[in-house]
Amino acid sequence: MTPTGAASNAVPGAVAFADRRTAETLWTETWRRFRRHRLAIIGSLVLTLLVLAVLLGPLVYHVPINEIDFKAKLKGPSWTHPLGTDDLGQDVLARMLYGGRISLAVGVMAMLIAISVGTAVGAVAGQMGGAADHTLMRLTDLFLSLPQLPLLLLIVYLFRDALKKVLGPEAGVFILIVAVIGGLRWMPVARLVRAQFLSLREKEFVEAARGLGAKPLRQVVRHILPNALGPVIVAGTIDVAAAIITESSLSFLGLGFPPDIPTWGRILFDAKDNLDFAPHWAIFPGTAIFLTVLSINYIGDGLRDALDPRKVL
Amino acid sequence: MGPGPRARPLRPAAGRMSRYLLRRVLIALPVLAGISLVLFIILAMAPGDPLGEAATNSNVPPEIQARIREQFGLNDPIPVRYARWFASMLKGDWGYSFVSRINVGTLILQRLPTTLFVLGSAQLLGLLIALPIGIYSAMRPYSVFDQIATTFAFIGFSLPTFFTGILFILFFSIYLDWLPFIYRADISATGWHWYWEHARQAIMPVAVLGLFQGAYMTRFVRSSVLEVVRLDYINTARAKGLSEKATILKHVVRNALIPVVTLVALQIPAIFTGAVITEQIFRVPGIGSLLITAILANDTPVIMAITFVFSCLVVLFNLIADLLYGWLDPRISYR
Repeated sequence: MTPTGAASNAVPGAVAFADRRTAETLWTETWRRFRRHRLAIIGSLVLTLLVLAVLLGPLVYHVPINEIDFKAKLKGPSWTHPLGTDDLGQDVLARMLYGGRISLAVGVMAMLIAISVGTAVGAVAGQMGGAADHTLMRLTDLFLSLPQLPLLLLIVYLFRDALKKVLGPEAGVFILIVAVIGGLRWMPVARLVRAQFLSLREKEFVEAARGLGAKPLRQVVRHILPNALGPVIVAGTIDVAAAIITESSLSFLGLGFPPDIPTWGRILFDAKDNLDFAPHWAIFPGTAIFLTVLSINYIGDGLRDALDPRKVL
Repeated sequence: MGPGPRARPLRPAAGRMSRYLLRRVLIALPVLAGISLVLFIILAMAPGDPLGEAATNSNVPPEIQARIREQFGLNDPIPVRYARWFASMLKGDWGYSFVSRINVGTLILQRLPTTLFVLGSAQLLGLLIALPIGIYSAMRPYSVFDQIATTFAFIGFSLPTFFTGILFILFFSIYLDWLPFIYRADISATGWHWYWEHARQAIMPVAVLGLFQGAYMTRFVRSSVLEVVRLDYINTARAKGLSEKATILKHVVRNALIPVVTLVALQIPAIFTGAVITEQIFRVPGIGSLLITAILANDTPVIMAITFVFSCLVVLFNLIADLLYGWLDPRISYR
């Protein structure tokens, strides 16, 4: 092993150097291709504006989210209340800015859970093969045929009170919803990653790494995973949108966040019985969800084009 | 599953098809058992005794609680309880609602036809939108029509059903006052008028779901047709003088539909999500709205049964999709 040991002493530096260079050109290349997708660029701008609004908005706009004022209830947009008020006279804009943070945070966190679990399952299945692969893929198929929303509702219903007691109403519901949404969305990522592993594992550069004596873990983390990342990024982007819709659906059914945490879906739930005299109350949060989801979907579309090496742009 | 048919001489197509069917059914059963296992584990992990209402009621003295637990087998090991629960689920013995004291099976059977009617019509509407638009778009890629269609498809599946539902109510019920926004099962009219009233109240829920499905499927139909259209055998069909219509309908579409069927099947669990929300918005008396009512009333037997019914429907529709797949693509039944 001594001669190869000497060789592999020299090689890591070279590999790391080459890696960094290709990584840079890969990302500048991706950015060049992404810029060609006009709607994806518009989507990124709209999403950035929305994110900045919910992050910085409450710092600038000081109206409290729960100031009850019955004299001003169900009023349309005006100078004092730019997006109108709800049935308790609370300011809709302030509530949307605060609730938007939660809606977006749920989307991002659930996506992170989904792609971590999905990547882990897919990587193990693709790398190990055999019985482990078979079992994990059957598990993936099983999860794919679970009826999502009924199951989500069931889990939230059964575990909500217990988690609320342990972690407090806000954190308890947040963790529960994020975990369950993420836990029911990892399957497409697992399939993607496994497919990538099966093809990458046989490629020459992985074989070269193997020949140089790289341990399986290093082969996976250093050589296979970075190359399997493209589709995962696209799937993750779309997952944020899907998770936001799922959280909004739960809250819209009155089974997500409690009324004092006005996520966009929760505001819609409260607004839906007053459509005839206060349409603004439903239209603004609904539009916020729609714009967020549309922007994210367009960004995902742009990334898909940009990261697909077969596509000439 | 025995020696593969590949090694044997070809058999008549009917025999292969029924073998294929049998195999799919044999695969569907373990899936159903798996889904029910997941449901049961969730229920068993849940704090308290969601199914043992009397056993946890604090008005009941502890020794009687213990006797009830013993009698209903709540102290048995979990695998035993699962086997018993799954067996009774399959038999259709789903217990009684905590709230209305009605047999859960009866309750669900009352509601199921409405759900299936709305879902079926919506799916049909979705296909009627997606097939022509997707095919036409793919025949003229990047034309004005294609760009408009693609944009609308993107907007369509980015609009969550609960928001479309609200917009529809605002526009068609409140602003124009054309359509009722509450679905009623007990319409007193008779004859044609009865049908008319039913159709009128079904328009919005079916449209909301159908447009979403249509938008979603249009993209798949388009990309699938795009893939097939540039294959060589399509050129052959054109070159031998086949009319454009025959080329597209008989040669392109049939093969392009194969991946679409798979995607539609994968989409089925998501359709139920849409169904639950639409039923809730328009107060359609289906099993989706029953589920929400049951959850708000802590009616565990009804919740479990409905989740189980939804799972069965997923498995059933996947089976139907598999059969369609085998019919569209005869190569598949060789495997």
